[in-house]
Amino acid sequence: MTLMRITSPHAHGPMSTSRVMQNVLLATIPGIIVLTHFFGFGTLVNIFWGSIVAVACEALALTLRRRPLGFYLKDYSALVTAFLLCIALPPYSPWWLIAVGIASAILLAKHLYGGLGYNPFNPAMAGYVILLISFPIQMTAWAPPRGVGELPGLLEALQACFVPSTFDAVTMATPLDLMKQNNSLLLEDLWAQNAQFGRWAGIGWEWANIAFLAGGAWLLYQRIFTWHAPVAMLASLSLMAALFYDGGSSASGGSPLFHLLSGATMFGAFFIVTDPVTSTVSVRGRLIYGALIGALIYIIRVRGNYPDAVAFAVLIMNFAAPFIDHYTQPRTYGHRDTRGEE
Amino acid sequence: MAEVSYKELSLNGLWKNNPAIVQLLGLCPLLAVTGSVVNALGLATATTLVLICTNTSVSLIRNIVSDAVRLPVFVMIIAAAVSCIELLMQAFAYELYQILGIFLPLITTNCIILGRADGFAARHSLGPSIYDGLIMGVGFGSVLLLLGALRELSGTGALFANMDLLFGPGAANWKVVLFANYQPFLLAILPPGAFIFTGLIIAVKNLIDARIKKRQDARKDRPVKGAKRVRVTGTIS
Repeated sequence: MTLMRITSPHAHGPMSTSRVMQNVLLATIPGIIVLTHFFGFGTLVNIFWGSIVAVACEALALTLRRRPLGFYLKDYSALVTAFLLCIALPPYSPWWLIAVGIASAILLAKHLYGGLGYNPFNPAMAGYVILLISFPIQMTAWAPPRGVGELPGLLEALQACFVPSTFDAVTMATPLDLMKQNNSLLLEDLWAQNAQFGRWAGIGWEWANIAFLAGGAWLLYQRIFTWHAPVAMLASLSLMAALFYDGGSSASGGSPLFHLLSGATMFGAFFIVTDPVTSTVSVRGRLIYGALIGALIYIIRVRGNYPDAVAFAVLIMNFAAPFIDHYTQPRTYGHRDTRGEE
Repeated sequence: MAEVSYKELSLNGLWKNNPAIVQLLGLCPLLAVTGSVVNALGLATATTLVLICTNTSVSLIRNIVSDAVRLPVFVMIIAAAVSCIELLMQAFAYELYQILGIFLPLITTNCIILGRADGFAARHSLGPSIYDGLIMGVGFGSVLLLLGALRELSGTGALFANMDLLFGPGAANWKVVLFANYQPFLLAILPPGAFIFTGLIIAVKNLIDARIKKRQDARKDRPVKGAKRVRVTGTIS
């Protein structure tokens, strides 16, 4: 005899970890399509190879830690890490670069800290930063966008990944690089002198950012995350850009729109900053967390030495997230403010 | 104070109480100069020599110095020994002296040295004190060397580069290239690599310790052969 024990309205969470992760994977698709359209098959090959390495690393770590393989592999978190890292990597990266990045992300940044849910740093961004400081040349080699340079075909993309010594990479400075390197031009001249600038930012970059914005908006609609952190991040980045923008010279770091549609802004705002494990928990905490990331992105982009700043800004704020949470605990209903009095 | 056996001293210095990976002393030079084998070897030698000198002197004067002023006296002795070693290196391995830079004079502040002086040499006679200095230096040095080798290998794909800094021009071709066309992995040579590799070495050591303990426990639980047991009822098959 089975007993039906249903009383009270039981609120049932329809979202399991694997459902959330699947949705995140789906939401990256528009961005990936746009990146592939403008920069060729490099990103797809990155993702293909990165996913294999990620699942292998995850399986290895789970075996070493004596955890059930099937259960944890099915949560798709390794695949999400692989997708996010491989989207951030330059297209046509060699296989060893991707493998080192994924292995650092999964083994060092995730499993050494205790696996999914215990990692203080976003694994994809930790892997990205490890690669960026270790292999600066390969990590800054972005292909020219469609219409500016020749796009390699699928075979050449595979060749670039798996037999890198036979592939002649064509690379070009990204709009963010150009904006940083030029301090004495009018923006109109900068736009006129360099073919990779588009209407608002770089060719390809602006549409990739809009595609990631669309994917993020869909995730928001699905209630995978709340709006606070991404909106705060985009707002503070725009505010910083507006404050320091002088209207027309390349010395001041570009307009707010340029920053919103350049580099990894939208990708970071909706796919990295919203990571539930490494970000803050409370609503006010999320606003602070996002806003500080936005401000840091602007500062590091304009004043720093690296091509983009999302990964560094996110890692720094990952570090600060527990601290922010401590000071933004919401008041428990029926209690007075207990912060700092325990 | 009871004398300790040399065997126990060796075991302590090299494994059970290793200054680098158990006591976690002297981490600053451990992390800072282990980018290559030659740097690690240079600092390991210098530290070992200083340890032997200071342990010897401290053990000799242990009955003369009063307890109240012992720490300043020890520090003076250590500083003097470090200055001597520094001058020696300046004379015989000048390039290495320049590479090691501030970390040579900083041996003075290395906690291992004051720790062994106050914790061991001040209470034991000359022989064990010298041996303790030697073995603690070797224990520290072996971790430095292991770390240096790991970082150099993963960072540059080669081992024993620039050994001529320490062993004269004849050692210039000791460099062993294990992987040709290796893409330099900067992280291993930069400070974060030192932290990661030190953590991994400590983890491996703990793993080995846990294995040993498990095996010992298993041996202890095994009934002694021929032991009498109280038989309650029935038969034991």
